[in-house]
Amino acid sequence: MAEPTVPRAADRTATGGEPTRSEETYIRPPVDIYEDDRGLVVLADLPGVEPEALDVQVDRRVLTIQAQATHPARADAVYREFALTGYFRQFQLPDDVDAAGISAELRHGVLTLRLPRIERAQARRIQVRTA
Amino acid sequence: MAVWDPFREIEALRREIDRALAQAGLGPAGRWPLAFLPGRAARQYPLVNLYDDGANLYVEALAPGVDPDRFEVTVTGKTLTIAGEKAGLDGIPPERVHRTERAAGRFVRIVELPAEVDPNGVSAQYQHGLLLLTLPRASSTQPRRIAVQSAGRGTRGRAG
Repeated sequence: MAEPTVPRAADRTATGGEPTRSEETYIRPPVDIYEDDRGLVVLADLPGVEPEALDVQVDRRVLTIQAQATHPARADAVYREFALTGYFRQFQLPDDVDAAGISAELRHGVLTLRLPRIERAQARRIQVRTA
Repeated sequence: MAVWDPFREIEALRREIDRALAQAGLGPAGRWPLAFLPGRAARQYPLVNLYDDGANLYVEALAPGVDPDRFEVTVTGKTLTIAGEKAGLDGIPPERVHRTERAAGRFVRIVELPAEVDPNGVSAQYQHGLLLLTLPRASSTQPRRIAVQSAGRGTRGRAG
């Protein structure tokens, strides 16, 4: 389910609706979202994801972040605290995002998405003509 | 080794149970697969996986978004210390922030290793947000395979 960039007061609604995607198969990555002068910036923690395994899409104002994490092959596990699978999360974007200008960067397991605002038409002064 | 330590026995039993639960998908690893946020709870950060192939121990720590220069990894005997700092949203006015779920700040984790390692041979790599450590076992603690001698053929015949 797509989430708003600003969390709702009650993020878990009591409607009882279930997502079609089973929750065990993916991790909902933690994100930071803030505004700067050019638009929105989304930071998402995606440890273990290589750039080829990451898929970011914007479709009808819904941002989808999808990725697959892989462990490097290692010897027998003696002790295990985490397992890496896939990541999946969607956000409802504001309507002034310029989809064509979105840029993404993956560095040290953190995805940085820059979602610029559409360049608003310059404020225009309307000449009032007198009759 | 010589002195019986009940606390060590209890600790060993606890680990055994944790491991059994984790394998059944019920333990901490199974129930909290998403628990890799630092700081928010009194949880240990970073989470680690430990691997052993006899010659080396391998530690895999889940620590995305850390400047590699800010990691401090130290090893003494059987104790591994991983410290570092994850940068947060510094300098961004609160009214411009929509969400802050990626908790940030300094972290320290001390991991007790199952065997003594050679501190000079330790190597570390930071890959896609995972800190990968290779720790060669100290030569004295390398497991040695003991050849088992069989008594040979005919034992059974003689007995019967």
